[in-house]
Amino acid sequence: MTGSACIADKAPLARLYPTDTKTETTGMLRYLLGRFWQSLVLLLLVSVIGFAVLNLAPGGPLSQFTLTPGMTQADLDRIATQMGLNRPLPIQYLDWLSHLLRGDWGHSYRDGRPVLDIIWEHLVATLLLMGVSTAIAIFVGTWIGVLGALRRYSIFDYAATVGAMVALSIPTFWFGLIAIYIFSLRLRWLPAGNMYTIGNGSLGDYAIHLIMPSIVLALVNVAVWSRYMRTATLDVISQDFVRTARAKGLSSRRVLIRHILGNALLPMITLLGLQLPTILGGALVTETVFTWPGMGRLFLDSLGYSDYPVVMGLLMMSAVLVLVGNLAADLTVAFVDPRIRLS
Amino acid sequence: MSDKSSSSSIIFRPTRRQALGMAIAGAAGLTMPNLTGAGRALAATPPSEPKGQVIVGFSQEPTVFNPHLPHIEVDEGIHFSVFDPLFGVDPKGNFFPALAKEVPTVENGGISADGLEWHVKLRDDVKWHDGQPFTAEDVKFTLELLVDPKFRSWRRAGHELVQDLTVVSPTEIKWKMKEPYAPYPSILAATFIVPKHVLGAAEDKNTAPFNNAPIGTGPFKWVERMAGDHIELAANTDYFADGPYLKSLIYKYIPDLTVLYTQFKTGDIDVIGLQWITADHYEEAKALGGTSVAVIPAATVESLSFNMERPQFKELAVRQALYHALDKKTIIDALYYGLPAPTETYMPQQSFYYNPDLPKQEYDVDKAKKLLDDAGWVPGADGIRVKDGVRLSFKNSTTAGNHIREQAQQFIQQSYRDIGVEVMISNLPPAVMWGDYWMKSEFDSVVVGINFLTGSDPDTSDYLSSKSIPAKGGAGQNTWQYASPEVDKLLGSGGVEFVPEKRKQAYLKIQETVRNDLPFLPMFQYATVRGHKSGVEGVEPNINVRIDSWDVATWHWA
Repeated sequence: MTGSACIADKAPLARLYPTDTKTETTGMLRYLLGRFWQSLVLLLLVSVIGFAVLNLAPGGPLSQFTLTPGMTQADLDRIATQMGLNRPLPIQYLDWLSHLLRGDWGHSYRDGRPVLDIIWEHLVATLLLMGVSTAIAIFVGTWIGVLGALRRYSIFDYAATVGAMVALSIPTFWFGLIAIYIFSLRLRWLPAGNMYTIGNGSLGDYAIHLIMPSIVLALVNVAVWSRYMRTATLDVISQDFVRTARAKGLSSRRVLIRHILGNALLPMITLLGLQLPTILGGALVTETVFTWPGMGRLFLDSLGYSDYPVVMGLLMMSAVLVLVGNLAADLTVAFVDPRIRLS
Repeated sequence: MSDKSSSSSIIFRPTRRQALGMAIAGAAGLTMPNLTGAGRALAATPPSEPKGQVIVGFSQEPTVFNPHLPHIEVDEGIHFSVFDPLFGVDPKGNFFPALAKEVPTVENGGISADGLEWHVKLRDDVKWHDGQPFTAEDVKFTLELLVDPKFRSWRRAGHELVQDLTVVSPTEIKWKMKEPYAPYPSILAATFIVPKHVLGAAEDKNTAPFNNAPIGTGPFKWVERMAGDHIELAANTDYFADGPYLKSLIYKYIPDLTVLYTQFKTGDIDVIGLQWITADHYEEAKALGGTSVAVIPAATVESLSFNMERPQFKELAVRQALYHALDKKTIIDALYYGLPAPTETYMPQQSFYYNPDLPKQEYDVDKAKKLLDDAGWVPGADGIRVKDGVRLSFKNSTTAGNHIREQAQQFIQQSYRDIGVEVMISNLPPAVMWGDYWMKSEFDSVVVGINFLTGSDPDTSDYLSSKSIPAKGGAGQNTWQYASPEVDKLLGSGGVEFVPEKRKQAYLKIQETVRNDLPFLPMFQYATVRGHKSGVEGVEPNINVRIDSWDVATWHWA
């Protein structure tokens, strides 16, 4: 009994696919270096295209002042010259790039502060909201997915499927307003929005403010995660090693946790990696409804005001996050799943 | 995983420009319902020392705190709280002294009879928020900063004429004007004085730390800003004038108008500021308990504007016909909930310079048709009128996404179709619409809301003078390309006359001429639905400023 349990307890894959650690390490280094150069070229391309598209679009950062009483074309021309907006585009780009390479991300056209400071402030707010909401979504979504797969075609499974469809199709904007209507206006249980009460800002205050936006935001993600998880679980359930584990007489809880869940979560790591930029990019609609000062609002506002330095900063940051997220997911999968080798 | 992008279109609403259109309009012409009721504001006694906190909600985020850098109206909410001008302007258009001891006029000798010599006396009891005394040097510094070639000054008009700035004593300053310029008092009333000892020390004044932590003389001191969320100010207990009566003042950024209104309903904000309550919520808002809600006229005028250099619009008869075929009443009642007041001029009806005797527009389709028939515009095979090879067909543009205005456009399109005129709607995103497309007169016609005035001053040379056409190298914003020798002459004489009663004649006549020439078809004057908790006293609307909190010094809880 102990012997057979031991085989089943060790991750079964490691035994089937033994690896040579030395060649693995050098292979990994070469692989990482390759990815690094690829990424650099990609980032450069993103910056050129982003800069060109932003600047070639008609209008510009000064058109917002046009309808100001007393504004004249002469004033607009003068301010444009002072801000360097009249220089040829390639010069402007090289100027921006050379500053970036020296670690200077530029200053916002709106409040004149360093772009990195601005992004950082909004990133903290976004991390809080997205972190909590993603954690809720993963936890709840995983279990709904797994239970749905285990009890396939049960009432629970149908309810979960229908629920996911509904959650996916309700506009967050509407759902958020309904939640505010019920819980803030009618019941007066929760604040109608904002990250904290101005002048309070205690941990409990943050927590109370987090409840509604994080759940509203998690709702869609729960739906997505549960669907992925259900499919992945169904895949794993029909595998031979699950049947073997069961045949050995392992408790169904042990089979579920060690064998099914462990393997079904593998594709989720990739999914999470792909989602990293979206998570840090913020949730525009939720942030708007709940007046949460996150990255989504920052991006839309910066775009609306043609605040090019901030938009470029956000663009570069999300490009980096896409690359990092992908790489992290690949590395994690390779680490936990020895069948996969990076080269 | 973030929200579904499809819903973002719902909320991508209020850019400043779209907001102009959404700010919806109106108010019953001359009668101005008073939010607070002047009597009540006086009746409630302010507390003996600053007490409590007021949260003002804005749908745009204030980000520019140096009042002389390019900024938008919402930023002025902070400027009015933190800084003072030499003198301000009240809701009736009268100046009142602030940092100046008295408002300089020709009578009191502050301005010479020819308008060239200025002599301003200052208060001696004013301190900056850091404790330093305010002096004439600060005034000199501010006026010089505005024309400093290295500084991204947001407005130079008028200041460019100032020369020989002389500090006579810490409480007296003199200067000469290169030429008389009657709008200058109004410009000064919107010019906040900034501290020389702080900003003057900065090497690059465009990026000085002062710009993000302003130090002023105003009723409230800077505390902190949480970017994307709110700005916190605290009472300046050394304030030289009346107030402040609030311990703390918060400006909260709430980017969506529906959410802004919701937070007003839940009581999260005490005063609903810029962009206010949307017209469709007016009826509901009136019935809310514990709040005061009222329709307040704004200075902005909505018009159907023509590019007069287009062959379709060169003939007066065409513009007249289009005015007769414009059903203003239906547009106002059906789309704007009946709130805005129809108007015949660009001048706000509350202005001292408003001309109430202009001919009233008659909505008369038959008259419109007859005018076109008589002028020789004959319907072609497709029903669209033609004259000398010119089809009476044109594009109409405005900010894409401004839903109410887009509906108005479609309504106008149908009305004009009935008189044999083709309108093609071609809307553009705000940054494109109000860029060169508008400024360089690349449009055929536009539906636009414009505040023609600077403060309460009636001078509109930047909009109506033939020298202000950017498409012809002019410096202003005469995008209609309107050129009238008579208006030019009147603008010239009105611009150098300092006695209001005499000035008025010129501007009455200008309004009459513009009404006859119809470079734009005036539709209505905007009205905004404003509201605050009933307990907040002293919130008074002022059509001569761009922001709610101009008198925040005297706000207090009942």
